[in-house]
Amino acid sequence: MPVSCSSCGEKRAALKRPKTGHSLCKECFFMAFEEEVHQTIVNASLFKSGESVAIAASGGKDSTVLAHVMKVLNERYNYGLELMLISVDEGITGYRDDSLETVKRNQQQYELPLKIVSYEELYGWTMDAIVKQVGLKNNCTFCGVFRRQALDRGALMLKVDKICTGHNADDVAETVLMNVLRGDIARLRRCTAISTASEGEGVVPRCKPLKYAYEKEIVLYAYFKKLDYFSTECIYSPNAYRGHARTFLKDLESIRPSSIIDIIHSGENLSVREGVKMPVQGTCSRCGYISSQALCKSCVLLEGLNRGLPKLGIGKHHRLHGKILSQQPLTEKEERKLKSVEF
Amino acid sequence: MCQVEEDYQPKLQRPEEHSVSRKCVKCKEELAAVLIRAGDPYCRSCFRDYFTHKFRAMLGKTRLIFPGEKVLLAISGGPSSSAMLSQVQQGLSQSAQKKLRFLPAIVHIDEGGALGLSLVERQRLVSELQVIFRASGFNFYTIPLEQVLDLPSSVVNVAPPSFDQAPDSYKAAVDVDLQGAGRDPQQGGGVPEPRLDESQTRSLQQLLGSAATLTARAELLSTLRQHLLVHTARTRGYSKLLLGESCSRLAVRLLTCVSLGRGAHLAQDTGFSDCRFGDVTLVRPMREFSAKEIAVYNHMFGVPTVIIPTLDTKMPEKASIQRLSQSFVSRLQQDFPSTVSTIYRTSEKLQTAGGGCSAQDGRCLLCVCSVDTAAGKASALQARLISEQLCCQEPAGTVQVGPTPPAGQCCSATDGECGRPAGGAGCCSSHFRAPEKKELQKLLCYSCQLILRDMSSVAHLPQYIVAEAERRKRRSLMKDEISEFLLEEEGSS
Repeated sequence: MPVSCSSCGEKRAALKRPKTGHSLCKECFFMAFEEEVHQTIVNASLFKSGESVAIAASGGKDSTVLAHVMKVLNERYNYGLELMLISVDEGITGYRDDSLETVKRNQQQYELPLKIVSYEELYGWTMDAIVKQVGLKNNCTFCGVFRRQALDRGALMLKVDKICTGHNADDVAETVLMNVLRGDIARLRRCTAISTASEGEGVVPRCKPLKYAYEKEIVLYAYFKKLDYFSTECIYSPNAYRGHARTFLKDLESIRPSSIIDIIHSGENLSVREGVKMPVQGTCSRCGYISSQALCKSCVLLEGLNRGLPKLGIGKHHRLHGKILSQQPLTEKEERKLKSVEF
Repeated sequence: MCQVEEDYQPKLQRPEEHSVSRKCVKCKEELAAVLIRAGDPYCRSCFRDYFTHKFRAMLGKTRLIFPGEKVLLAISGGPSSSAMLSQVQQGLSQSAQKKLRFLPAIVHIDEGGALGLSLVERQRLVSELQVIFRASGFNFYTIPLEQVLDLPSSVVNVAPPSFDQAPDSYKAAVDVDLQGAGRDPQQGGGVPEPRLDESQTRSLQQLLGSAATLTARAELLSTLRQHLLVHTARTRGYSKLLLGESCSRLAVRLLTCVSLGRGAHLAQDTGFSDCRFGDVTLVRPMREFSAKEIAVYNHMFGVPTVIIPTLDTKMPEKASIQRLSQSFVSRLQQDFPSTVSTIYRTSEKLQTAGGGCSAQDGRCLLCVCSVDTAAGKASALQARLISEQLCCQEPAGTVQVGPTPPAGQCCSATDGECGRPAGGAGCCSSHFRAPEKKELQKLLCYSCQLILRDMSSVAHLPQYIVAEAERRKRRSLMKDEISEFLLEEEGSS
């Protein structure tokens, strides 16, 4: 028996919304989805008129949908924004080179300027080379840290005012869960913020307009709008710790669909006791990027890679910062600790 | 790898030594009998000292329980609470210097009615427990959960604490206690339990049955249990309630609370002390003991336990959020042995937003924690409300729900507004009105709203909750009327 759309009541319902369980027709779903993103942008005052905004595009579903929705809303509501695409090439064969083709297609479809930054040109290392040195367990740390800096460098080269990323509600919920499991109280406090703080040189503020959009709804949107995206997982991802948080979240969603928003609500309302030690924001003494230690994480990781000490940067290494800065050689015991790697 | 600032220990990469004939790490003489963490074998007596010392240190360090204070131990019969009981028994019988100085009594809530156990089965379990309680020599109360339907509505309100709990007064109280040694020894007997009424059991089952999901049912059950415990403590003059939750259980509880949207109340749900009720403080002294340590202790020193099934016994993994979190943490613990302690340490660093134990107004009707539904400009709650509005044809508020009050009542207005304050036999006889879901939602915190959402009907809610909801509604209507004349916010009603 055909169900009619619960919003317009006229057309036949084509889908059931994962977020609320209502049955909607295609047009009402598009309207609801876009309207929600618009409300998020307006309520959080993410953009100001006349700003130039870089959309971090990876060719995956989140960034494709983000680019599409940003373009639609920019025209519909006259945000007055100048949009462009940034993409990062990590150098993962079989994954990134394919998705970059998708980004180039997106650029033509949406008629937005595109800039690609690669790890090779910024750091001299591709992810494949890094995995050969580091192994399969800690490589996600390298990729994530390097990508963050790469995005910022690319944004500075383009001279934009803001970056927006395609993080969706599932990503934010997974991050909250992961930080609880790892005991990272500092990140737990910050991870539900919709945009990062905007002070400091060399830092471009970034925001997540899709923060309250479910991943399943993004896929539904892309499917019905026939948007073109690249849908494989990174080949190194099965070993990441985040995978555990992800399976837990998927199971939670099957028990209670509102769990994702509930977790974000929990994360937003957390309050940390006074007197708990928090990192203080400063700058890296080598490259000038923002950092809470003497050396920023990517400098430490790079140093480790270049010296053939892959574990430098994973685990506690504050005491070694001074030594690295002053170019002193490390003692043999320290070298031994940092070198051993299991595959 | 799973921890943020983790130091890699080289010794984990060495081949495992034989753990069979190792010496105890503390006294270095005896043969080790138990391996607690990766590198710590203990002999029997050192383990017992370690366990006892940890328990005493938890109580002594926080200086929460005053000498001579009446304390209620909530014993479910499971391993953690039985170990707690055994520790308290030991602690009270020691030499005067290190003696625990409070006056304990035991309470057990018999939940068999909620689980559908037969009367015979329930009586058997309770009598097994009563044998253990009698052996302890303390006063004990075994109360069936059906009693929760008869509670007064004051149980969900915060009451001011009965005596001064400042830290300086702790030392003074200890000195006084040491001098005046003579205290009446406890009789140690049970209070005769009330007769079980079939209809009450049925009402309780209907209430729990109206919650459609197991998650909501489990939360509702634990809320009712908490209300009953607090009421027992209040009416019999106990100012502290000791709960026997272990570290493993609290780690699972933390993850569950985050998943249920209780992020604002994490500190109260999993912290050492929970003062949301004002006069009765909930204390969790078994917080630092992992389930493994407790199991080993119970086994080695013959602590008697009675296993009573709960709502999610023998349920599949995805039956409820609580059950899923438990299996998730256990599975993760196998691969990453520091998971439970890391999660536990996270809970220590949290606090309740806005100083939880203060204002009376703005408390949730069910869990008595502060209401966290002030939808900020850009928040998850706001996003949710927007989504719901966008999917419905007309705003939900226009639909009229709820019965009109019967003829002969003084409230002629359809929503039952009555300006007169509630007296004992006030003009609005609240038990003729079924509560509306929407009205109740306003009085609840985020996660309790989710429980209510899962309930198919609110007609079976206990009388005290309905009465309290009515009272708060009347009071907020009064406040709206005079809001322009009020000069400052009141702290308590």
